[in-house]
Amino acid sequence: MQTNAGPSGATADECDCRDGMRPDLPRRAFLGRTVGAGAGFLAASVGVAAAQEAAKAPPGAVLYDVPADPTKEMGRALLEDGGYGTRSQFETEVRIKEDNPTDTTSWTFTPLAAMLGNLTPSGLHFERHHGGIPTIDPTHHNLFVHGMVAEAKKFSMADLKALPSVTRKHFIECSGNTLTEWKGVTAKNVQRTHGLLSTSEWTGVLFSTLARAVNLDPQADWVLAEGADAAVMTRSIPMDKLMRDGMIVYGQNGEALRPEQGYPLRLLLPGYEGNTHIKWLRRLQVSDKPFMTREETSKYSDLYSDGRAKLFTLEMDPKSVITFPSGEMKLPKPGHYEITGFAWTGRGRVQAVDISTDGGKTWAPARLDTQPEPQCTVRFSFPWHWDGSEAVLQSRCWDETGARQLTRGDLIEMRGVNSVYHYNAIQSWAVDAAGEVTNVQV
Amino acid sequence: MFRFDAFAICACLALAPLSALAEGAESWGSPIGPDDLKGMAAYAPGGGDLPAGSGTVAQGRDLYGERCAHCHGEELEGIPETGGAKLVGGRGSLASDKPVKTVESYWPHAETLFDYVKRAMPFDDPGSLTDDEVYAISAFILNRGGILPEDAALDAGALAQVKMPNADGFYPGDTYDLRLSWGRADN
Repeated sequence: MQTNAGPSGATADECDCRDGMRPDLPRRAFLGRTVGAGAGFLAASVGVAAAQEAAKAPPGAVLYDVPADPTKEMGRALLEDGGYGTRSQFETEVRIKEDNPTDTTSWTFTPLAAMLGNLTPSGLHFERHHGGIPTIDPTHHNLFVHGMVAEAKKFSMADLKALPSVTRKHFIECSGNTLTEWKGVTAKNVQRTHGLLSTSEWTGVLFSTLARAVNLDPQADWVLAEGADAAVMTRSIPMDKLMRDGMIVYGQNGEALRPEQGYPLRLLLPGYEGNTHIKWLRRLQVSDKPFMTREETSKYSDLYSDGRAKLFTLEMDPKSVITFPSGEMKLPKPGHYEITGFAWTGRGRVQAVDISTDGGKTWAPARLDTQPEPQCTVRFSFPWHWDGSEAVLQSRCWDETGARQLTRGDLIEMRGVNSVYHYNAIQSWAVDAAGEVTNVQV
Repeated sequence: MFRFDAFAICACLALAPLSALAEGAESWGSPIGPDDLKGMAAYAPGGGDLPAGSGTVAQGRDLYGERCAHCHGEELEGIPETGGAKLVGGRGSLASDKPVKTVESYWPHAETLFDYVKRAMPFDDPGSLTDDEVYAISAFILNRGGILPEDAALDAGALAQVKMPNADGFYPGDTYDLRLSWGRADN
């Protein structure tokens, strides 16, 4: 048995029977639970002082005593939480970070296998920062729009919130998602292989609305977006993208953006690589050419095997991944399992998802469990009877433009292995005869 | 005819609020004041936007030692433990199994070096360098990368003239690879 820390932080040794692995019971009852950790909190509540002291609520939760019978004891009064709710002390999923030299220019992964439904809780949205997380007072924050415009303008947060808004669901994927897998199997579980992907409902102002207020020069073709963090992050964005569906967002999942997601303001470019969704957005400089910033030349460019690199590969290509069962899980015994996962594409709507249980030899359509929306993830599922023999599970997807998710062989033939960014090959999970699930490449 | 009528109705419904919006749009936001954009700039290739000031390789050597070397190394070799990137070397390696991407080997534009150092460096004190200092440090890095001579000085005009070794090493990104579109029938 493997002992690597799993997506929940618990080790496999603590729990033979992880999320959704009871073939005899409906999966729903088990999603998001980590039995070992839950039992730990239960033990702490029943007495041992040392254990109680040692026990800590998971991030985002408050630790309460657990009565033996909740029907025999009055529950808590309302507003003890101060008016902003917390999650249950039994819910332990957290983001995990990449091991980088500094934690101010690094990234965290969303625990994809624990996601219920299509939206990522704001507190579990993946992060990528280049100069830490700034603290910004929204009453002193402005968005400046200038350059090739007739009327350069600044917009306070109050100005922006007074403008007509839209609310749309979109994923953001870091173009470095899955980068560890270019040269071979590396990451152990789906949080680390694919966790630089999150989906939110975003609320804000369309760029095209702001464009009316500043009166764009007809020659304007690119816009530099700049953040107010210590990296003063900049990317050049094509004007046609901004005018088509670019958003200046202040809302995420019904509340203000979280600080680590760009509070109070970020750019949202549906389907574009995550780095372009400039957080802590303070400035839009309109131009007739790209600025060739460090982030879009020396970084976020795709090196091909001939030694030349592609610039501005902005749209994320079709991609999907099975999140159950996935790496570091264990199927306790043969039986019925519901394979589930996510599919997404930066080019529009997901059209279809296929599943293979034999390493890509044969395929069958998966069910789409959510309505495909433009540049938004879909959940898929596929009923599978595991007979106890070795299997290799794969998913692949198509989008409405006809673009498809490539096999690893096709992707590498096209891009070599030094691209770093935009790895979207079909992911394989091997199930051995004991039910252990591991990351493999076929 | 029906389709025409339906279109006309839709057009009327849509155009009325849009034109009202467009009229109101002129009053949205407020004019940018003379000091609002102070300290905010971006320096694109071509050099037209670059600020006044200048710096020499020799000045840059001293400044680099004080402000940069503790992360990027005395020889610009990079220090993995600090996250400071290797800045020079790697020429000719990009098509190999182990490409080494540095300012010297990979960056297509010298203006980008000025822009990035000015906005985000040093990592432990971002945005603290003057324009003169950034010209000097840029000159030193380009000198150690074999791109500028030892006696070089940089200002706006000189920086825009620098031809980077990998300037022609990039494809445009808007080309679509048809291999993505083989479709479902290829099983």
